[in-house]
Amino acid sequence: MKWRLDEQTIALRAAKEFEDGMVINLGYGMPAACANFIPEGRTVFFQSENGILGYGPLGVDEEKDYELINASDQPVTPLPGMCFFDSAISFDMIRGGHIDMVILGAYQVSERGDLANWGRPGRPATGMGGGMDLAVGTKKLMVMMLHTTKEGNARIVKQCTFPLTAKNCVSKIFTDLAVMDITQQGVLLREVTPGWTVEEVQAVTEPRLIIAEDLKEIEL
Amino acid sequence: MGPQARVYNECPCKKPIFDGVLKGEKMPINKIYKTCDKAVANVFDGSTIMIGGFGSFGGLPINLLVALAKQGAKDLTIIANQGGVGFELSKRIKPDGYEDIGILYAKRQVKKFIGSVPALGGMPPTSPLEKLHNEGKVEIEMVPQGTLAERIRAGAGGLGGFYTPTGVGTRVEIGKEKKVINGKEYLLELPLTADFALIKAHKADTLGNLVYRGTARCFNPIMAMAAKVTIVEVDQLVQLGELDPEAVVTPHLFVSRIVEVRR
Repeated sequence: MKWRLDEQTIALRAAKEFEDGMVINLGYGMPAACANFIPEGRTVFFQSENGILGYGPLGVDEEKDYELINASDQPVTPLPGMCFFDSAISFDMIRGGHIDMVILGAYQVSERGDLANWGRPGRPATGMGGGMDLAVGTKKLMVMMLHTTKEGNARIVKQCTFPLTAKNCVSKIFTDLAVMDITQQGVLLREVTPGWTVEEVQAVTEPRLIIAEDLKEIEL
Repeated sequence: MGPQARVYNECPCKKPIFDGVLKGEKMPINKIYKTCDKAVANVFDGSTIMIGGFGSFGGLPINLLVALAKQGAKDLTIIANQGGVGFELSKRIKPDGYEDIGILYAKRQVKKFIGSVPALGGMPPTSPLEKLHNEGKVEIEMVPQGTLAERIRAGAGGLGGFYTPTGVGTRVEIGKEKKVINGKEYLLELPLTADFALIKAHKADTLGNLVYRGTARCFNPIMAMAAKVTIVEVDQLVQLGELDPEAVVTPHLFVSRIVEVRR
């Protein structure tokens, strides 16, 4: 097995996209870790759909306050200026275009930027949560995911086979192997994990990759 | 609950505007119930019930849920964000475990669940709701979380529905009216109301004005407004005048019954 980025490192790379002053929602699961990797010197505000804006880094389970959590049920730390609100206001923020950036996990992303992140075969009762609202409402939607399934199948596909969260919504993908943009022409490969060749990444990606002129190794 | 975090719901004002002139006057209606059992005693078979909170421990009216399970009303339609994981899986969230909506399925009290996360994809498929649903014994209506919140708000405010872009191009749009407004596609979503709402707040005064604490607020305030009978479980019941009117989140006219369960 070749070395791949671990989840924390993918989160570190994704968080490099945070810009000063942004309001950011981090989705259930892997993306939540991005809260610990704000680039130095930048101020961002994390919103979570369970009704909190402006929380700090993730807290520790031993001191968990069950009334100070993110939507992934992880403890978060308070910051001055933090505020709370109900679910309707939370989704006014989300649906109404008041969130600058959203990072979600995914089962599949298509070459047109369709997202499938809530349902999978054999689990008809798992729900979409706030994913659909986040996907349609944000100014910029990025996805953080493992490049392949446990069985080694591609998650970046020509057409999603799992139920959709929203069509044509993803603009950037971070995986354990690569950083890619979704463009009008298709999936643009911008960065690869050190030790991996373009051919090796292509072999585990369903659509044909467009290679960026300035393709480089992932820098952290 | 850490003493440090409790500060976040306290009134920031040194001097309240309202200084408690109503103290000592006779209450027009007595909303205070001594026990959760009494507060849910008249929940009837076939009721539609909203359950507040986000899904996990914080914000759930746990003691009211336990009382409702004991009370035994059947054929319920439950409206809640999450379907509940049940006591066993709850230990993955809180080491000593806790009861959630899962307790209602154990006695087969629920015929339908409406919500955004009936089961969590990150948990094994062994929650009470997921098991019963897979056996065809409980119906599920899956609603995106923002649409759920807005449907409840629409129901609370007497609206006939609203158009949302959420769900366009997905299976959520099946069977719904689609409309193009300013060049963008929207789906018509209809309001939700309930016979009862079971909610959790931090403090209530004796009239039923409510304040919440932290992320335990979430669905509680909107559900409080959307039911015929709203029953609230609070950490602390306080006298009139003790809540800052500027900080009240749920005005008392939405609240029918109050039970204090000191935590």
